Amino acid sequence: MARLKYWQAINQALREEMARDEAVCVLGEDVGAPGGPFGATKGLLDEFGAARVRDTPISEATIVGAALGASMTGLRPVVEVMFLDFMTVAMDQVVNQAAKVGYMSGGHYRAPMVVRTICASGRNTGPQHAQNLEAWLAHVPGLTVVWGSNPADARGLLKSAIRDDGPVVVIESLAEWSRRGEVADDPDALVPIGVAAVRRPGTDVTVVTWGGAVHRVDAAAAALADEVDVEVIDLRTISPWDRATVLESVRRTGRLVVVHDAVAAFGAGAEIAATVAEHCFGDLRAPVTRVAAPFAPSPFPPQLEAAYLPQPGTIADAIRASVLQGVR
Amino acid sequence: MTVSADQALDLYRVMATIRVFETTAGSLFAAGELPGFIHLSSGQEAVAAGVCSVLRRDDALTTTHRGHGHCIAKGGKVFGMLAELYGRAAGYGKGRSGSMHIADSSAGILGANAIVGGGLPMALGAAWSAQVRGEDRVAVAFFGDGAVAEGVFHETLNLAALWRLPLVLVCENNRVAEMTPSSVHLATTRVADFAGPYAIPGATVDGNDVLVVRDAAATAVARARAGEGPTLLECETHRIRGHFEGDPLRYRSAEETAAWAARDPLVLFRARLAELGVPSARVEAVDTEVAAEVRDAAAAAAAAAPAPVSSLLDDVRPGVS
Ligand SMILES: Cc1ncc(C[n+]2csc(CCOP(=O)(O)OP(=O)(O)O)c2C)c(N)n1
Repeated sequence: MARLKYWQAINQALREEMARDEAVCVLGEDVGAPGGPFGATKGLLDEFGAARVRDTPISEATIVGAALGASMTGLRPVVEVMFLDFMTVAMDQVVNQAAKVGYMSGGHYRAPMVVRTICASGRNTGPQHAQNLEAWLAHVPGLTVVWGSNPADARGLLKSAIRDDGPVVVIESLAEWSRRGEVADDPDALVPIGVAAVRRPGTDVTVVTWGGAVHRVDAAAAALADEVDVEVIDLRTISPWDRATVLESVRRTGRLVVVHDAVAAFGAGAEIAATVAEHCFGDLRAPVTRVAAPFAPSPFPPQLEAAYLPQPGTIADAIRASVLQGVR
Repeated sequence: MTVSADQALDLYRVMATIRVFETTAGSLFAAGELPGFIHLSSGQEAVAAGVCSVLRRDDALTTTHRGHGHCIAKGGKVFGMLAELYGRAAGYGKGRSGSMHIADSSAGILGANAIVGGGLPMALGAAWSAQVRGEDRVAVAFFGDGAVAEGVFHETLNLAALWRLPLVLVCENNRVAEMTPSSVHLATTRVADFAGPYAIPGATVDGNDVLVVRDAAATAVARARAGEGPTLLECETHRIRGHFEGDPLRYRSAEETAAWAARDPLVLFRARLAELGVPSARVEAVDTEVAAEVRDAAAAAAAAAPAPVSSLLDDVRPGVS
């Protein structure tokens, strides 16, 4: 076990997968000589050469489409779209092309490609650099969407994504970039796609969360430890999400709070709440609630962004309310 | 580039197959047999046949909503295509995606595409993978003049030129995008002019003369295969039918239709075949064979099983069906 920073874990995953399989290539803005806008691709150009590590122009649609075409003809490209907000520029290639190639070709083609993209929510980057757009992507059949909240998961999910035969969007949290954590030494230690992690087992209430919100949920659960026994589930894969783990947990606890940094309206939390309502109606002892950002763009000043994102205090209030409000 | 009688007859066979395929599809559509949209390329066959005649099977191609001809010329199977148009399980996309989504991995057909410009970056990627893997494959992107106004056209040109990729960009300039003439949607009259700013070769050729297209494509493909980078090839042509089947063609004058009828690529090439000394009996034999092939394929497609409801989830994610 090594203790690596979040970005180092990503860097290690890329290096190991490139060493394991020469079809794995990296392309994106600033990924070569600069080593990535935030260091995630550091050293790869020197180690694997300019054929496999390419700096690209600022052409998000075209570099994602190029990754797709390359994935259909023998490579396993990992293309970096610098910020999640910029995925909107590449949306045709992601939504209409990559996600549907397998289906439209009747299985003739596969698209073993990865789009890595950084969510800078929580870093005071403002309305066009801090959006949590995971629901946009998760809404598209054919796309897999994963988001590791810690170094081990960021590494293991990225490796699974690279080895997956379909298009996977890997979201990374800039706010966690320097967080350290234990990371496996085994290059084949993967985090499976579609499997959530129970970060904290509990019996009173289930909290489902992912991405940057995970650590604020952890803090809330820890603060409540004497009052409420909280079960914290980090979804890790947004689509296809781990229904079995969530439904099993809610059946036991009878209570669900979903916490995410994206706005609540039409968000992934609504999907989870609806699924729980359909499948656990008889088990629920309190209304399902969501703690999410207000329906507004992400503000840049620290005090406003702090008020915008779900904080441990608000999350703890929602958890407490769920327990108090419901039937025993 | 010289052409033997046999090669010329092969080119003719491809063009005739496309024409008969599309005429058949048009009639079936008019008879209410085919659901959805279809866009025919009748009048543009020389571009598909000429370009694909200099490609290998392992070269990659992307095409557009008007892509039947390119797929046939690249080696796509008429039955699989017609079955797709019919919505049959035996179609290329299991009968679930339709006319604008023919793909065949065994023939290097990465896919037709219902998004204008959508195939350009994919072709670029196929060219990039050939370069990374040290293979001498090339990739060809077919697109219309309408796609030239999309950002991805310019991004693809820039990147292909920058990385000297083995890519041939073939614009079928039929001077109209849906109902809008290129004078209303493009800042230049010659699409090939866009090669200049990206410092790659550009050429404008008569897209209704299959031998002219073949020569120009041969130069571009040889250049790409030799690692010398991309070419923008503009083929001036004319779509005989409407934008989609059912288009009343209100924007088209009788004079224009008549002028281009005289330049129908099949008519022109039949005359050329005579000049090349190909006996008319051989040409007629090809016509007969092609008509029978398409007729039989259409009958088989009509009789084939429809895509079952149980296939709705097939191939959405690899390994999951
Ligand atoms: C992104 C996008 N915008 C608009 C359309 C609708 N549309 C379909 S074909 C077409 C015109 C395309 O013209 P051109 O590229 O010249 O090809 P042609 O139809 O002449 O073969 C348009 C606007 C589309 N399919 N995709």
